Amino acid sequence: MSADGQGTQDTHHWFDDEAGPVVRPYAMTGGRTTSAVHHRLDLIAVVVAHPQGSDPGADQTLSPEHVEIVERCRTDPQSVAEIAAGLDLPIGVVRVLIGDLADDGLVHVTRPVPPAELPDAGILRDVINGLRAL
Amino acid sequence: MIFGRSQRGNAPVEPVTLKILVAGGFGVGKTTLVGAVSEIRPLRTEELLTEAGRPVDDTTGVKGKHTTTVAMDFGRITVREDLVLYLFGTPGQDRFWFLWDELSTGALGAVVLADTRRLEDCFAAVDYFERRSIPFLVGVNCFDGAARHPVDAVRQALDLDPAVPVVLCDARQKDSVKDVLVHVVQHAAQFTAPAPRQPAAH
Repeated sequence: MSADGQGTQDTHHWFDDEAGPVVRPYAMTGGRTTSAVHHRLDLIAVVVAHPQGSDPGADQTLSPEHVEIVERCRTDPQSVAEIAAGLDLPIGVVRVLIGDLADDGLVHVTRPVPPAELPDAGILRDVINGLRAL
Repeated sequence: MIFGRSQRGNAPVEPVTLKILVAGGFGVGKTTLVGAVSEIRPLRTEELLTEAGRPVDDTTGVKGKHTTTVAMDFGRITVREDLVLYLFGTPGQDRFWFLWDELSTGALGAVVLADTRRLEDCFAAVDYFERRSIPFLVGVNCFDGAARHPVDAVRQALDLDPAVPVVLCDARQKDSVKDVLVHVVQHAAQFTAPAPRQPAAH
């Protein structure tokens, strides 16, 4: 408490935004910077929660961030970039967390198709038509 | 590969995702361009860097600073339920090239946004995409008050390959940005299609 009596429970006067996040981001991954998922997850790789997966909230080994990722991907599959932006976490952290979830069978990740391997030129035609229709 | 996963119930659609990069110098309008067509407010992802910034960032006086944050803004266009296009604004600073490598892997194509008042800001991006054979076009963002230059003058100033399209655009206008993106996809489609083999003239 400050001597002038102004200190209150919700005044965190000993740090400010300049200090950065209170919890260091990689603390959420236990300091790990890579996951067991063999390939590096692309920013536009899509994460899909397994519809018949168990309730992630009941799993004591999962962090709240793990649970939130599963929840977000349950109705709408989301890209790695969207998940990172939604959770306001660095991409590297989110990659590790998604890797954990994939290992546990709670989600799976689809690898984006490289443009040269697109099944047919029709997809690009559809993209062009879709853009024109915006 | 997914085995043994039942498809009963309404399993969510897993879309095919494509990405287009938006590159160019600082303040040239990359995020504005993304925002003009994105169905979501441009989102921001961040990556923490520990080593890369060390030789460059002057950390004198801030001894506790070990990390640098680099941000990438992106937007999304859902073409169909099963087909989604993402637009990524590349980090403006040249020293984040390694992030460009990651972003450009698997990219359909790129827009290099140029401001004719400081054309040199986009040299690095043009060079990057040329070297990596990523289909790109140059979009000249027509800022209010900037002198208009003919497309050919810009092409000449950037020493572009004749196949690289140059288009005038306004990054604030949705229709203009749509047009730019259509050009990118058309260019990419020509780029990825195998060139018709000419019989050798013997």
